[in-house]
Amino acid sequence: MIEYKNVLTTCPYCGTGCALHLQVLDGDLVGVLPAKNHVISQGGLCIKGWNAHAFVQHKDRLRTPLIRKNGTLVEASWDEALTLVAEKLGAVKAESGPDSIAVLTSAKCTNEENYLLSKFTRAVIGTNNIDHCARL
Amino acid sequence: MIDRTNALHEALDQVLPTVDGVLGLKSGPSGIVAPYLYSKEQPGELEALAIWPKMPVPDTLKIIQKAHPEAQFAVVCRGCEERGIVEMVKHAQLNWNNLTLIGLQCTQDEALFCRCAKPYTTHSKVTIGEPVAGVPDPVTEGFAAKSQTEKLAFWKEQFLHCIKCYGCRNICPQCFCNVCALEDEKWVENGRLPMSLPPMYHLVRAMHMTAKCVACRECEETCPADIPMAIQFRLIARDVEEMFGYETGASIDQKPPQLLVLEEGEYERTGLPH
Repeated sequence: MIEYKNVLTTCPYCGTGCALHLQVLDGDLVGVLPAKNHVISQGGLCIKGWNAHAFVQHKDRLRTPLIRKNGTLVEASWDEALTLVAEKLGAVKAESGPDSIAVLTSAKCTNEENYLLSKFTRAVIGTNNIDHCARL
Repeated sequence: MIDRTNALHEALDQVLPTVDGVLGLKSGPSGIVAPYLYSKEQPGELEALAIWPKMPVPDTLKIIQKAHPEAQFAVVCRGCEERGIVEMVKHAQLNWNNLTLIGLQCTQDEALFCRCAKPYTTHSKVTIGEPVAGVPDPVTEGFAAKSQTEKLAFWKEQFLHCIKCYGCRNICPQCFCNVCALEDEKWVENGRLPMSLPPMYHLVRAMHMTAKCVACRECEETCPADIPMAIQFRLIARDVEEMFGYETGASIDQKPPQLLVLEEGEYERTGLPH
């Protein structure tokens, strides 16, 4: 059976929230189509949205976290990477206090992710140092 | 008048078991419409069949047919989409013999929306809906009536808004070159907005659409800057018809002028420098 379908999603690149279709042919992502009757993007996309499919199977895409060991980036597991980050943040907080840490969120995050980042910053780290990349 | 959606359902129920897939439109989440390949294995999907807004169906068909050159497909196409398919067949982008066309006739309102001169199909053996006559294109005529100075000012103003999203190229079923001049820095400067004048991006596209544009207006619809670029393609199409007697998408047999070797006399008739 030959399968061609379009999967409606939101462009991952900025906070505007343009809708786009990912064209799927026999299970492979083959391109992007704009969503004409979508209330926000109304059938338009910018050049990034038009290429939103390009990174998914790109050869340069990172497949695992990388940790710098002795000056070289080495592939690592998520457990290893997140443990390292948690330890380092914990050490900085213990040494210099929570206000020595700041968090920058992003328009590329979903509302839910930004909510979690806000909670993480205020409730876990204990600082109000949280801002948005668009105000940089 | 019989409801087009019902009539299309009846036609598709008949054709679906006989082909490897039927390319049509499907209503997805929140009623957002996109092309979809219906198959006899999953006839229930037809419940979400949609007919509007129209989409660049010939381009989608090309993607599917390139991967499955032997497969037999039926495709629901409007007049402009049928013309697009015809033109792509002539440029070896689609295989005419493996296609069953189901012609969806546009309504008066749809024709007015697209400022369409030919809102009907001419090749499809199965047709859905009653054909309506073409409507005038006040946007193009309004432009044509301007003076040379006004025309220049008009395009300068329009192209000032271009964000170079490349959407008009991407969505155009007739834009299928493997190597695109618009990605060559010799022609189009990278990383500069508004684009410098003369606007090479749009001039190159205008030239490349000569005797190819089938007036589907997908470029205008996807343009985030609302540039009425179909004006230039339609005026060029008028010239091509006058000079070469060539109407894009009309006849499957008539060779496009780009593919003809012109005799000396014919060259003179074009009025082009020779």
